[in-house]
Amino acid sequence: MFRQTSRLLARTTGAATSRRSRAFSTDVPATPAQDSNFIESWKKVIPNIDPPKTPSSFMTPRPATPASIPSKITVNFVLPYASELSAKEVDMVIVPATTGQMGVLPGHVPTIAELKPGVLSVHEGNDVTKYFLSSGFALIHANSVADIVAVEAVPLDHIDPALVQKGLAEFTQKLGSATTDLEKAEAQIGVDVHSAMNSAITG
Amino acid sequence: MASNAAVPFWRTAGMTYITYSNICANLVRNCLKEPYKTEALSREKVHFSISKWTNGKPEKPTSDV
Repeated sequence: MFRQTSRLLARTTGAATSRRSRAFSTDVPATPAQDSNFIESWKKVIPNIDPPKTPSSFMTPRPATPASIPSKITVNFVLPYASELSAKEVDMVIVPATTGQMGVLPGHVPTIAELKPGVLSVHEGNDVTKYFLSSGFALIHANSVADIVAVEAVPLDHIDPALVQKGLAEFTQKLGSATTDLEKAEAQIGVDVHSAMNSAITG
Repeated sequence: MASNAAVPFWRTAGMTYITYSNICANLVRNCLKEPYKTEALSREKVHFSISKWTNGKPEKPTSDV
């Protein structure tokens, strides 16, 4: 809130009616660790007390959006219990978004994508590493950093095909015999997840 | 105001995203090969005990491992 103060104060002296206009977050340059404008304004009004430390001074500043498109994307792939990939530079990632498989290259438009159960593939040179994700989100930032968060992610060879077939049959049968909305939804989820796993191991 | 994309089927059935996500994760865990499956299930095991309170006093807790 305080970071915007200097900008908003300058605006109100100009035109009181146009207070609503704010710069887009995609245009923001690298955030400074301490807002020098805020500190100066503070010192003018309250010279005797030290200016408070704002939360942003404790955080590492957001890296600036580079002027030219970087050659690799930085991937942070995290799970609740482990960090699979941390700041790994790769050429491309393909994420299983609800709208379909989405390829992310360096310089991708900033996106927030909800993920459906499916395969995440990380392409680095000639190596491709694939994981099956249960669900999650992919956040792609303007500076070509991709944060992928999932609840459960397993390499494809950890999946047992026999159990997948059994589960698929069981849930297809449950879907047929479901009565309440909730049962139908659960059975549908079961069918979706198992068929996604099936196509992941066979595809 | 444009409305968002069609509401997902689990939300119309009254389920929240967290419940949906946890169900998906459980289904995936149950389909893993042996050493990974026991690891995953033991990692996610939750121990809790519930005690109901009546008239300001707790009754005997029912524990669920």
